[in-house]
Amino acid sequence: MITGEDVDHIGWLASIKVAEDEKEGFLALFNSVLDYFHQLDELDTEDVEPTYRVVDLTNVFREDVAVESLSQEESLRNAPRRENGYFKSPRIV
Amino acid sequence: MAEKDVIIGLEVHVQLNKLNSKLFCGCSTKYHDAPPNTHTCPVCLGLPGTLPVLNRRAVEYAIRVALALHCDIQGETLFYRKNYYYPDLPKAFQITQYDFPVGLGGKILIKGEDGEEKTIRITRVHMEEDPGRLVHAGTIDRAKYSMVDYNRCGMSLLEVVTEPDLRSPKEARSFLDKLRNILEYLDVFDGDLEGAMRIDSNISLVGGERAEVKNISSHKGVEKALAYEITRQRSARRRGVAQVQETRHYDELRGITVSIRTKEEAHDYRYFPEPDLVPMRIADWVPKVEAELPELPDAKRERFVADYAIADDHAKSLTSEIRVANFYEDVAKRATPRLAAVWIADVLKGELNYRDVTIDRFRVDDMVEILDMIEKGTITEKGAVEVIRTILDHLGDPSEVDPAGVVEAKGLARAEDDAVKEAVRAAVKECSQAVADYRAGNEKAINFIVGMVMKKTRGRADPGEANRLVKEELDRTGST
Amino acid sequence: MIAMLRELKERLAAGASAEEMVSSLFDKIKRSDLNAYTILSEDLALEEAREFDLAPCSGLLAGIPIAIKSSISTRGIETNCSSRILSGYIPPYDAHVIERLKEEGAIIIGKTNMDEFAMGTSTETSFFGPTRNPWKTDRVPGGSSGGSAAAVAAGEAPCALGSDTGGSIRCPASFCGIVGLKPTYGLVSRYGLVSYANSLEQIGPLALNVEDAAMVLDVIAGRDLRDSTSLNSEGGYMAGLEGGVDGLVCGVPKEYFGDGVDPEVETLVWDAISKLEELGASWKEVSLPHTKYALAAYYIIAMSEASSNLARFDGLRYGLRLGADQDWHTTFSEIRAAGLGPEVKRRILLGTYALSAGYYGRYYLKALKVRTLIKEDFERALSAGGADVLVTPTMPFPAFKIGERIEDPLSLYMADVFTVPINLAGVPAISLSCGFARGLPVGLQIIGRHFDEKLVLRTAKAYEDATPYHETVPKEVV
Repeated sequence: MITGEDVDHIGWLASIKVAEDEKEGFLALFNSVLDYFHQLDELDTEDVEPTYRVVDLTNVFREDVAVESLSQEESLRNAPRRENGYFKSPRIV
Repeated sequence: MAEKDVIIGLEVHVQLNKLNSKLFCGCSTKYHDAPPNTHTCPVCLGLPGTLPVLNRRAVEYAIRVALALHCDIQGETLFYRKNYYYPDLPKAFQITQYDFPVGLGGKILIKGEDGEEKTIRITRVHMEEDPGRLVHAGTIDRAKYSMVDYNRCGMSLLEVVTEPDLRSPKEARSFLDKLRNILEYLDVFDGDLEGAMRIDSNISLVGGERAEVKNISSHKGVEKALAYEITRQRSARRRGVAQVQETRHYDELRGITVSIRTKEEAHDYRYFPEPDLVPMRIADWVPKVEAELPELPDAKRERFVADYAIADDHAKSLTSEIRVANFYEDVAKRATPRLAAVWIADVLKGELNYRDVTIDRFRVDDMVEILDMIEKGTITEKGAVEVIRTILDHLGDPSEVDPAGVVEAKGLARAEDDAVKEAVRAAVKECSQAVADYRAGNEKAINFIVGMVMKKTRGRADPGEANRLVKEELDRTGST
Repeated sequence: MIAMLRELKERLAAGASAEEMVSSLFDKIKRSDLNAYTILSEDLALEEAREFDLAPCSGLLAGIPIAIKSSISTRGIETNCSSRILSGYIPPYDAHVIERLKEEGAIIIGKTNMDEFAMGTSTETSFFGPTRNPWKTDRVPGGSSGGSAAAVAAGEAPCALGSDTGGSIRCPASFCGIVGLKPTYGLVSRYGLVSYANSLEQIGPLALNVEDAAMVLDVIAGRDLRDSTSLNSEGGYMAGLEGGVDGLVCGVPKEYFGDGVDPEVETLVWDAISKLEELGASWKEVSLPHTKYALAAYYIIAMSEASSNLARFDGLRYGLRLGADQDWHTTFSEIRAAGLGPEVKRRILLGTYALSAGYYGRYYLKALKVRTLIKEDFERALSAGGADVLVTPTMPFPAFKIGERIEDPLSLYMADVFTVPINLAGVPAISLSCGFARGLPVGLQIIGRHFDEKLVLRTAKAYEDATPYHETVPKEVV
C-alpha cells in the first residue's frame, strides 16, 4: 500500500511537485496498479536470470578520436535562460 | 602525529584528461581554456534521443590503473545509472558503475606516520562520467542564480575508493601523492590540469559517526581540511556533542569545513543497469595491458639504487615524479650517475620548487654540461648553483642562455690555483687579528680569513679549498 | 494520393511534379479535422520538392513525402513528443533514421501527433488534443503513433515513421486499417528517438501496404555506430516478398483468443488463418503460457525506465521554463508538474517507486525475470520443429470512442495485452488489416523469430495479395 507520505517522497525523488488535490487520485490509481502488478508474485522466479536487454551484444566501443563539437550558439540554442555563454540555472540554495 | 583514534577513508575522482575524447562521445577533452559550452554535443548535453557509446581507450586506461593498484579485474563489467537531480547533471542520472566495477580489492604502499611501510587497501576502482561545472555569482549559498558550463560534462573519471585505513591527515596526503605519482607514470592523466583530481574524504573518531568532506581539488587542501576536522570533532566530543553522519564543504579561504544541510539521508539513487550500453568482457585484455604496464615508482626506485649505485633517499626523490625520473636517466647516460643524483635531487629540484616551476623548464643538455664543468673543476659548486639559478630566472627565450655563456658572462670560472694561493698568502698577512685569535685557540677566526680570500678572488675560489689552503699557510707560518 | 510508393516513384520518374504532390498534401492536411499533425514543415519540404523537380536524385525514396512521429529528432524541425514540456524544442541534430531517409531522397513533411512521450494506446494523452480515426472520426486512431497512422490512412502522407514500445505502431495500424511493423529490437537505430523505455522500443514504418513498409524498412534498418544496441541488418526486405507461404507453419497461441476478445475480431482472425491455409500454409495451436503476466512485467519495466529517461526534462537546457526561478529543486519540480501531463506523471512516479530502495527486487528485478520467461515462451513456440511465425489478433477490439477509456487508465493498459509480449521478447511483428468489425478496421498480427523480418513480411504479403482490405479507403476521408 502506497501512502501519501510515499507519494511525497517519490515526488521529491522525481522532482515533480504533486499538488494536494492530485494526491488522492494518484494514490487510488497507484494502489490499484500495484495490486495488478502483484500478480507476478504467483510466479516462482527463484532460479530465473533477469533479462536486462534482449540484444546479445558485448564490447561495443568507439575509438578515442576527437570530433567537432557543437558551437556555443548551437549548444545554447534551446536554452530558455542564458548569460555570457552559460546556461542560467536557478539558485543552488 | 598518527592518532590512535582517527579513521580516514578517501574517494578519489581522477579525470582521464589524457584521452583525446570524452567517455561516451567524441567531444575533445582539451576544454580547459575554452569558453563555456564550446566542447559539447547532443550526447554529453543529454539532449533528448541521444545515446552513449563507450570510449575503448578509457576502458584500457581503467584496466591499467586497476592493475597498477593490484586490483582483481572483473571479467565482465558493466555500467549503471545513478539517478539524482542537480543542475550540473544534464540527464538527471550519471552513468557509472555499481555492481561489477572494473577492479576490486587492491592496495597502495605508503610510508606510515611511524616511518614504517604501510598498506592502504583499495576497495574498488570504477569508471564514471564527469558532470558539468557550476559557476556561482557569489558564494554557493548566497548567489541569486548560478551558471552552468557543460564542457567538462562527460569526461572520463576513474573513482578510486580506499578502505578506512588512513590514520592521519599526513597519511592521507602521502596516499594522494603516491596515487598521483602512479597515475602520471601510467600516463593516463596530467595532474596539473584543473579538475584532474577531486577528493571526497570520510573522517571519524573511533566510536563516532563520520563526516564526509566533499570535492576538494588539492592534496594540501585535503590535509588541511582533515586536520581541521579532527580538531573540530575532538572539541565537539569533549563538549558532549555527538558527531552525526553529515556532508561538509571545505572553505579554502577560511580554512574550515562547513555543514551542507542537504536531505542526504533521503537520497535513493535507484541504480539499475544502463539499458543503452552493453556489458564489457575484458578478461582477455588483462595480459596485454599488464605486459605493457610501464615501470612503476617503487620498481623504478629500486632499479635506480641498483643500477646507478645511488642512495635510496635520492632514488626516492628522483622517482617521485615521472618527468624528473626521465630527466635523471637522460642525464645519467652522459654524466656520472651519483653526481647527477645529488645535483638533480638536492639542488635542481629545490630551485624548481622555490620558483614553483616544473623540470620542463630545464634542459638535459645544460645539466650534463654543468656536471661536466664541476667534475673538471672549471667551476666551483657555488658557481654551479649560480648557473642553475641564472638559467631558471632568465626571462626571455630559453635558447639565449646556456651554462658556458653564463659562466663567462658572470665570471664564474673557478679561480686559478696560483691566484688562490696568492690571495691566501695576502689574506693571512693582512688579517693579523684573526690570525692571532686563531692561534689563541679560536677555530672560528679562520672564517674571517677565508672570507678575505673569497673577497680577493671575487668569489671564484672554492671555499672548501680556500679553507684548506689557509690552514696550510697558517701552519706553515705558525712559528713566526 | 492513395497509391503505392512504387507508383508514386513511377509518376515522379514520368515527370510528375514533386512540388505539386507535396503542395496538395499540405492542402489536404490543412483542410483536415483529424489533427494528425502537430508540426508542418512546409517551407523546407516545398524547397526540397522544388530541388527534386529541378534535379531528381536517385534514391530508394527519392521525392517521396514522409511523416515523422513527434518523438523522432529532426534537425531544425520542432520535436515536441506532443508534450508541453518540449514545446518549441528544436534539435540541432537528425536521428539516424532521418539521416537515412534524407540520403535516399525522402521529403519530410511534418511531425505527427502522438500520446505524450509515447505513453498511451489512443493518442488521447497528447498536449495538442487527440487525433481522430479517419474511419470514424469519433473514434481513437490508436496509440501512441496515432497521428502517423491516421495520416497514412487518410492520405495525408504516403508513409510514416512511428515507434513501438508496447504496441505503439501495431495498435494504430490495427485501428486505422494500415500496415505497421515493429522490427526486431536492435535492427533499427534508436539514436534520435526520444526514449520512453529504451530496452523495449523500436522505430518502424507505417504504410498502406506491405511492400511500402518493406521499402521503408530497407532504408532505415542497419547498424548505427551511435547506438550501442544496434546490429547489422542483412537488408533486402523488398526482395523475396513474393515468395508465398507454401509449407509455412503458423502457430496460433491459445492465450490470444477467448475471454476478453471481441467475437467479431476473433472471427476475422480465424478467417485470416483459413486464408493462409488456402494459400498453402498450415496452422497448429501453440502455447505462450506466461502471456497473462506480460502486461504487469511490461508496465513495471517501461515505467521504471521512463522514470529515468524523462528525468532530464527540467527546463534548464531546453523546454518549458516558468516565471521567476526559485531554488533549483523547487523550480525543476514546478516546471515538471506544469509541463508533464497526468499520465506521464503517473508513470514516472510509479516507475520511481518500482526502482526505489526496498522495492527494486519486488518490482523491477521481478519483472525482468518474468521477461525471461516470456522471451523463452516465444523461443520455444518459434523453435525449429515448432512454428515459423505466430498469428494473432493485434488488438482485442476495434477502435473505441474518444473519451471512452481515458478516465480508467488501467483499462487502457489492458488493451495492450497482445502487443506488449512482443516487445518484452524483442521479436518482430507486423499488423495489417484483416477486415472490418462494425465498420472499423481489425488488425492481424504476424510475429516472427528475431531478425526474421523477411518471413514476416512475406507471410503478410501473401495474405494481403489474396484479400481486398488494403485497398479499402476511409469514406469520411476521400
